[in-house]
Amino acid sequence: MSELEVGIIGQVVNQEYKYGFSTNIEMEMAPKGLSEDIVRFISAKKNEPKWMLEWRLKAYRYWLTLKEPTWQNFTYPKINYQDIYFYAAPKEKIKLDNLDQVDPELLKTFEKLGISLLEQKRLTGVAVDAVFDSVSIATTFKDQLKEKGVIFCSISEALQEYPELVKKYIGSVVPQTDNYFAALNSAVFSDGSFVYIPKGVRCPMELSTYFRINAENTGQFERTLIIADEGSYVSYLEGCTAPMRDENQLHAAVVELVAMEKAEIKYSTVQNWYPGDKEGKGGIYNFVTKRGSCEGAYSKISWTQVETGSAITWKYPSCILKGDHSIGEFFSVAVTNNHQVADTGTKMIHIGKNTKSRIVSKGISAGKSHNTYRGLVKINKKASGARNHTQCDSMLLGDRSGAHTFPYIEIGNKTAQVEHEASTSKIGEDQIFYCNQRGIGTEEAIGLIVNGFCREVLNQLPMEFAVEAQKLLAVSLEGSVG
Amino acid sequence: MLSIKNLQAEIDGKKILNGLDLEIKAGEVHAIMGPNGAGKSTLSAVLAGRADYIVTGGSVTYKGKNLLEMAPEDRAREGVFLAFQYPVEIPGVSTTNFLKTAVNEKRKYNGLEPMEATTFLKMMREKMEVVEMDKSLTSRSLNEGFSGGEKKRNEVFQMAMLEPTLAILDETDSGLDIDALRLVSDGVNKLRNEERSFIVITHYQRLLDYIVPDFVHVLYKGRIVKSGDASLAKELESKGYDWIKQEVEATI
Ligand SMILES: Nc1ncnc2c1ncn2[C@@H]1O[C@H](COP(=O)(O)OP(=O)(O)OP(=O)(O)O)[C@@H](O)[C@H]1O
Ligand SMILES: [Mg+2]
Repeated sequence: MSELEVGIIGQVVNQEYKYGFSTNIEMEMAPKGLSEDIVRFISAKKNEPKWMLEWRLKAYRYWLTLKEPTWQNFTYPKINYQDIYFYAAPKEKIKLDNLDQVDPELLKTFEKLGISLLEQKRLTGVAVDAVFDSVSIATTFKDQLKEKGVIFCSISEALQEYPELVKKYIGSVVPQTDNYFAALNSAVFSDGSFVYIPKGVRCPMELSTYFRINAENTGQFERTLIIADEGSYVSYLEGCTAPMRDENQLHAAVVELVAMEKAEIKYSTVQNWYPGDKEGKGGIYNFVTKRGSCEGAYSKISWTQVETGSAITWKYPSCILKGDHSIGEFFSVAVTNNHQVADTGTKMIHIGKNTKSRIVSKGISAGKSHNTYRGLVKINKKASGARNHTQCDSMLLGDRSGAHTFPYIEIGNKTAQVEHEASTSKIGEDQIFYCNQRGIGTEEAIGLIVNGFCREVLNQLPMEFAVEAQKLLAVSLEGSVG
Repeated sequence: MLSIKNLQAEIDGKKILNGLDLEIKAGEVHAIMGPNGAGKSTLSAVLAGRADYIVTGGSVTYKGKNLLEMAPEDRAREGVFLAFQYPVEIPGVSTTNFLKTAVNEKRKYNGLEPMEATTFLKMMREKMEVVEMDKSLTSRSLNEGFSGGEKKRNEVFQMAMLEPTLAILDETDSGLDIDALRLVSDGVNKLRNEERSFIVITHYQRLLDYIVPDFVHVLYKGRIVKSGDASLAKELESKGYDWIKQEVEATI
């Protein structure tokens, strides 16, 4: 590396995290720590049916028998589960259908984040479910969706209104016993979104959930469940931010997707939790289990993620391709700067015949960060004619960051076609100078080059979010050059 | 407009420019010729502000300002344009998007609002005609997979878009077929005016039949060792550089 590169790329300065404010609002908290009583408390607060409580307790008891996993490509300080608030909710009771009764402080918070829950901005045609710490604050556009038979509400509400649907599908893709953090989530999940698209319905608008962690020392454990019935289509987007805090906060979500015959689910994430400061202090631990099941023939699940935040991101949105001819896709951009860590990728499990999967992963590491792609492509014995194409590209900024790739391939059927391509590149001083010479400053140049590098993935995002994501990429790398 | 005095520069501890002098007035076209490794690209890189070249002495004044103190992007915004000998590829970034950013950065520097999308696209169409550039190239990733000639044409197209006051063309003619050479030269000629000056670095007199220079200089061992009018290029074409080299050695 030349002097120049050390000069322009090497100096790591802290980026501005513009979502780092907290909202002063009276909260109701359960006592700190985790016990059966806390699980009962949460369930009671939400007035849940008895089976739900039993389900949670089963998860909790199983969790107690587990040890935190250690196979990942990073270490983190031991989490003290007795020091976390597992339930925090704005004190004021909120009527879900009436935004006028929502605390103005809360509405202001979401305004500041650029998410208006109020009428004027609803014209953008995106239905939003906003989750603040543990509870869902508001879901917009409900009536229009109802006309089509689309259910889009918080999971707490779904448990009251559509308990049979929830009971049928919750845990069907990610069982309570799946893994350490999934078990924890199953025991204490506080809220999240629930979506049901009836047979043959194309959801008329983008559905979007916005997660915000606010209270100190809280964990956020949301649970999202999306069911697309036969021949239906839905595009769903989640966004997330948190205030700047010195301590690390745990976020352990579970997302389950179910696609029936000929149904299609497009799930996009723009993750921007607080990444911690430039010394690596604070930030969110984002330990998430996301999985979709292509239950029916010709169904399709497509994950797109743009991961720029969190101190540690640890997640593998996956597809279980059960239905014949079903398709799984994973498009990912993970950016790490300063001391951030990302260990992310996907699992594509081919079970049905002629199933197809496609993986495009773009990792960008700056500062002293580490970015790992870890993916599994598994072709079961009976999955004849299965096909996978994987492409993993890493880009390094400076010479103190790391990029790692762990592709696992298990092939149980001879007719499978599995292809893997990987590349690692550096932003060259040549490219930056070329931009400079055209009047483009170094920061903008890096933004431009990185966005170009991620083009294939960004193109998957719904239009308005693609623009946001592009800005976010540039902001995340701000200060990664001197 | 550009005044280079006793310019000395080195890279990786190796001295390349050894007291180079050059005066360029507004509207003039100066051709620079010279053997391989003489320092022609080094001169263009130093003028454009490439950081791995260290200026160890001398001065460069551009439009009355100390050019060497300016950041490379500011030099560009002030109207210095370099058509690269080896244009760089930027995957995933279209020429259109790249130029939109460049044009608007320059406008911002000059206190102007970003250009309207329709105005910009109209300008693109007009300037593309100047070099008869294929439309499909502008939507492809910048220079990625472009042929040698397409890359050079794209440089001249960018020059037309950015309307510089000082344009440096570093061997823009090499790699061009005969028709393209004519087109690119025509393009440059169309951009010639009283305010705009050119430094045209080339190995071939043929280019100078199309772009007729006001002055021709020979750069050798990091200095301008001979200057003359367009006829000097013709002389070089027939006699080569040996006689100049000998002249230089004799004076040392
Ligand atoms: N990083 C470097 N370290 C050492 N020497 C270098 C470095 N970069 C360039 N040089 C040398 O500087 C000298 C001048 O190079 P330059 O590219 O300016 O020549 P040029 O006149 O443009 O040649 P050409 O006609 O072949 O394009 C050459 O001898 C070259 O090898
Ligand atoms: Mg050269």
